[in-house]
Amino acid sequence: MEQLKKMSASTRSTIITYGMVIVLFAVMQALSSAKVISSSTTGLLVPITAYVCLSISLNLVVGISGELSLGHAGFMSVGAFTGIVVASMLADTITLGWARLLVSMLIGGMFAGLAGFLVGVPVMRLHGDYLAIVTLAFGEIIKNLLNNLYVGFDAKGLHLSMKSAQALGMEGGKIIINGPQGAVGISKLSTFLFGFLLVLFTLTVVLNLINSRTGRAIMAVRDNRIAAESVGINTTKYRLIAFVVSAALAGMAGVLYGLNFSSIVPKKFDFNTSILILVFVVLGGMGNIRGGIIAAIVLTILPEKLRFIGDFRMLMYAIVLISVMLVTNNKTFQTKLGMLRERIRRRKDPDLDLVASRAGGDGNE
Amino acid sequence: MILNDFSRRTFIKLSGVAAAGLGLSACGNSGSASSGSTESAGGAAASGDTFKVGGIGPVTGPAAIYGSATKYGAQVAVDEVNAAGKIKLELNWQDDEHDAEKSVNAYNNLKDWGMQILVGTTTTTPCVAVSTESNADRIFELTPSASSVNVLGGEDIGADNPRKDNVFQMCFTDPNQGTASAQYISQQKLGTNIAIIYNNADAYSTGIYQKFVDEAGALGLKIVSTTTFTDDQTDFSVQVGEAKKNKADLVFLPIYYTPASLILSEAKKQDYAPKFFGVDGMDGILDLEGFDKSLAEGVMLLTPFVATATDEATQSFDEAYKKASGADANPNQFAADAYDCVKAIAKAIEEAKIEPSMATPDMCDALIKQFTDASFSYEGLTGKSSWSTTGEVTKTPKGMVIENGIYMPLDKEETK
Repeated sequence: MEQLKKMSASTRSTIITYGMVIVLFAVMQALSSAKVISSSTTGLLVPITAYVCLSISLNLVVGISGELSLGHAGFMSVGAFTGIVVASMLADTITLGWARLLVSMLIGGMFAGLAGFLVGVPVMRLHGDYLAIVTLAFGEIIKNLLNNLYVGFDAKGLHLSMKSAQALGMEGGKIIINGPQGAVGISKLSTFLFGFLLVLFTLTVVLNLINSRTGRAIMAVRDNRIAAESVGINTTKYRLIAFVVSAALAGMAGVLYGLNFSSIVPKKFDFNTSILILVFVVLGGMGNIRGGIIAAIVLTILPEKLRFIGDFRMLMYAIVLISVMLVTNNKTFQTKLGMLRERIRRRKDPDLDLVASRAGGDGNE
Repeated sequence: MILNDFSRRTFIKLSGVAAAGLGLSACGNSGSASSGSTESAGGAAASGDTFKVGGIGPVTGPAAIYGSATKYGAQVAVDEVNAAGKIKLELNWQDDEHDAEKSVNAYNNLKDWGMQILVGTTTTTPCVAVSTESNADRIFELTPSASSVNVLGGEDIGADNPRKDNVFQMCFTDPNQGTASAQYISQQKLGTNIAIIYNNADAYSTGIYQKFVDEAGALGLKIVSTTTFTDDQTDFSVQVGEAKKNKADLVFLPIYYTPASLILSEAKKQDYAPKFFGVDGMDGILDLEGFDKSLAEGVMLLTPFVATATDEATQSFDEAYKKASGADANPNQFAADAYDCVKAIAKAIEEAKIEPSMATPDMCDALIKQFTDASFSYEGLTGKSSWSTTGEVTKTPKGMVIENGIYMPLDKEETK
């Protein structure tokens, strides 16, 4: 405990974040194996882990790199559908569920990262709001491409078509993706344990990136591009690194999400889903990874727990969103919260605030 | 302390938010209590004289019109069954926003409530996901309107997934509609040069389209133009122009009525008057707000239910539905399908002598046995229905044509 207090603020914050995730997992896992929690909560566990990963990965672009990305669901869908194709192809080769999920996840993440790279290369040379516009368009393009994509798998291998299921020329076998009807009959491989591991992996990647030389360069570009350029930082490169890593992680979360349902359609990954993820990040505080995780958990559970108020639940959801925004941005509230925090800290350890104020900083939690 | 110098304004703001929240949850509570569902009843019904029927459908979001119709349709049927007094049903309807993820959440919620039988889900995409869950949990499921074959599963009917033996449909499957439409057009010699306009971002529309093309090819119908659109499209000049240029004398519209209404008005604008042929998604076009009914003159469609029919059952349903929904709109075929779902389940329960105290998986097996029994059939608003082991319903589609703003039977044999 003594040691924890002596650590730099960023290390302490990192440990708290990991600790929070691990404790939450342990509690939920224990509750669900003891069958204490309802099946509606159990059913939410895997989607929550997927949304948490998406929130962390988008935070890298929005909070740390300071760009506005409106097409995160696009990367998620690239990952999801790649993962589903891979998982179906390997159904006979790899019989172990978790191994198949792992392979699908790696390949899904790679494809999403590749998509992020292709979008990022031209766009990262631009300045201003262009990234927001291009990612918005990218999300829609991916959705429409997937709506026209037909993939089948038979003894001869993989068949692809952009026309129709008939044009695949299948000899027996199985149609994996059937245009707008999406993928059906997916074997549900995702588990809560695997979701938790993915959250840990995502956290490790993002937190280590932030607290590295690269991460500091990314934040320098965010804070002042011209100043960063003048000290020799390649702005395009560092922005691209953040963007591609974020896309790949979103793709992996997409695989987890896709393989949690028996069917998935391209329509699911529309603009609204992108905005949903962005809301997690904004509500949790841009650049605040822990806040983003909490926001993702709360905002996924909230509409379900509000079911008892019937038709008014979506209205309640909106009211909660607005009040959180109003309250957290309220000057009086912020001052009071700061005072309260100060008081607790001083009571516990009079030297601590000296250390904290020296090492502290924003945007690195 | 902190609260000491809480400014008056902040206090008013915060109490405003709190009051709004409390007020809403209070309204919500009374609202759902009056519709006869939810928690408190959940515990009580364990005593075991009521069947717990769950329903899932979108009552918010873009497809809310279908979910609300099925919800009220099912409610009317439940009220009637309870009034008849032989068995007692309790309906709990949950919203899924026409989204697979939310639908599975709604399903899990109903499971916690103690659902024994599921009427739903209303829309196709969520239903594919939910029926897999209900299959694993052994809960009997009858969907009013999710029409894709993937809902039922089974390679022999062309699905991409294995048969889920607990799932049955009240509506025609998409392929059956596509095939039936092609056969109908060919038999009645309605047209020779056919144009198709369909929504290629929609599972329902593409499902019908694919089978229609297959069957049309087999029957020697000539398809001269195929054009597509996606959701939220409002300009159809290209698609209609394409059909006109290729001299199509019949335009097949396997789509929902909102885009169909836009296509009809575009055709009028372009002075193009072919025959228009729709499927059950076209039903409801006459009730669309702000739609000029004269545009729909002569439009043909295949549908199992007509709200303006004069028989007693339809009329009393019409009345009860308007009362339940609190609006003046006529029930559409979604409402009728949901009504028939509940009534068919009630009939099966009575005939198979199923008790509410039975374990849910046993009840599921007993209902499957009853539904697939050769002697079991149900005569309701949408015609006489019976089911095969594939889960598909067998009933006669009615060909309708719109004349003077109302549906008229297309051919005389089917009028009875």
